[in-house]
Amino acid sequence: MVSGTEVAGSAAPERITAVPVRHPGRWVSVAVLALLAAMLVHTLFSNPAWRWGLVKKYFTTGTVMHGLVATLELTALAMVIGVVLGTVLAVMRLSPNPVVSGSAWSYVWFFRGTPVLVQIVFWSFIAALYPNLSLGIPFGHEFVIFDSNKLIPLFVGVVLGLGLNEAAYMAEIVRAGILSVEHGQTEAASALGMRRLDIMRRIILPQAMRVVIPPTGNETISMLKTTSLASVASFVELYKATSDISSSIFRPIPLLMVASIWYLIFTSVLSVIQYYIERHYARGSSRELPPTPMQKLRAQFVQRRDESSA
Amino acid sequence: MTPMVKAESVQKSYGRLEVLRGVTLEVAAGEVMCIIGPSGSGKSTFLRCINHLEKINGGRLSVDGELVGYRQQGDKLYELREREVAAKRAEIGMVFQQFNLFPHMTAVQNIIEAPMRVKHEDRSEVSVRARDLLELVGLADKGDAYPRQLSGGQQQRVAIARALAMRPKLMLFDEPTSALDPELVGDVLDVMRKLALEGMTMVVVTHEMGFAREAGDSLVFFDEGVVVERGNPRDMIADPQHERTKAFLSKVL
Repeated sequence: MVSGTEVAGSAAPERITAVPVRHPGRWVSVAVLALLAAMLVHTLFSNPAWRWGLVKKYFTTGTVMHGLVATLELTALAMVIGVVLGTVLAVMRLSPNPVVSGSAWSYVWFFRGTPVLVQIVFWSFIAALYPNLSLGIPFGHEFVIFDSNKLIPLFVGVVLGLGLNEAAYMAEIVRAGILSVEHGQTEAASALGMRRLDIMRRIILPQAMRVVIPPTGNETISMLKTTSLASVASFVELYKATSDISSSIFRPIPLLMVASIWYLIFTSVLSVIQYYIERHYARGSSRELPPTPMQKLRAQFVQRRDESSA
Repeated sequence: MTPMVKAESVQKSYGRLEVLRGVTLEVAAGEVMCIIGPSGSGKSTFLRCINHLEKINGGRLSVDGELVGYRQQGDKLYELREREVAAKRAEIGMVFQQFNLFPHMTAVQNIIEAPMRVKHEDRSEVSVRARDLLELVGLADKGDAYPRQLSGGQQQRVAIARALAMRPKLMLFDEPTSALDPELVGDVLDVMRKLALEGMTMVVVTHEMGFAREAGDSLVFFDEGVVVERGNPRDMIADPQHERTKAFLSKVL
């Protein structure tokens, strides 16, 4: 009677109803964590030194809003410079021309090898190093002369400091992405008669994106917080704005909270954006796209309903 | 008539390893040539030299009367520029053992990419041709599928359609069925037979003796970087002349 062909014809097997394994450890950990969470919430609201009233008062004041906008602008511009220049450097690094790849290597060596804080301060002082910048023949006649202070205001100096540093890290991230694409892809595209730049742009980079996006999201989130270093160059961004207020009212903690909450809000927003970009570039790499959080939630409800109706 | 492919003592080495040690053979226009031989015999390398994916170190190799990778002026050879090499490759289709479809593009996008980028053809025109080609390879309903959603045999047939979209005058097949499950091999070979019947010039590196016998005009046995024997596939498989050919055929048949 134990033949394989019998199975298909036999009646549906009995449904399994077993006592599930108990997890007492889970309940213990829930209890411990719930206790700790309760203590945290209690102290946040019972200790008057937090001064939540001040947090609320200053959360959306003009100075803070102005600083917040500056922080977002710095982050966006520095990342744009970082990604664009980083991609160029990564492609240069993989060039067969040793001078080109060597220059890219030196760039990364220098900008990754010195602290970003030093670079920000350096670029904000660039006008002191070169008071005038000019267009002309190298070592020869100068046609136009600019005043560095006007050409490179503090904002531009800070953006350069952050962006040029970021490019060094992005270069390595993009290079790793390019190297992650199988060599067969380049061969197939070359065999079709495609040129090197087209192959890079149309075939390699889009596939490298899947590897490049997660660390780039990381870098963006990290950049949002690194912009606070611009305060050292007296540039008013979110942190400098809040610390300016706190030094005038002598209450540092509530204003640190204001800054932290704003940073958290925008790092959360960036995480969500990153999720959707990753999902976009997952096209073709998995048979089905990963679900969005809403789809996941909906699926859970449907499952619950099915179980309770069964 | 100029042969489609003409190789005269082609030599290729990787460092000190000599992979091709003087390969001389001709493929006529419209001919289907199958190349067999043990692994490491240089048959795939030879195929890759034909569209300059590998640079040869010695001898002369030409396609349709023009040198591969070089231009001759007087008795001097000049290396071709990247643009010129690419233009020549565009006339030669190649199908790989691992398919190498572009995974981020659908079947149709895979097919229209090169005609659009390389030949600057109109998208709507090429798209129509892409659908026709998919029909030719029996995948009319898979145009919008991504490679991952296709079986190996289907992927390889899309890869053939992709190569054909460039209207090549010569098709190179590098072990096109070696990475496929046995039951999927037939569909791919059917497409290749169709092409052969339509008069496409084909050079096929393969282990499929059945295909070589039925569809091939000539059979070449490679061993240790040289052509050991060449002949009519049916005669050669039935009655190999050379000892090494006999030994090899007795193992694969």
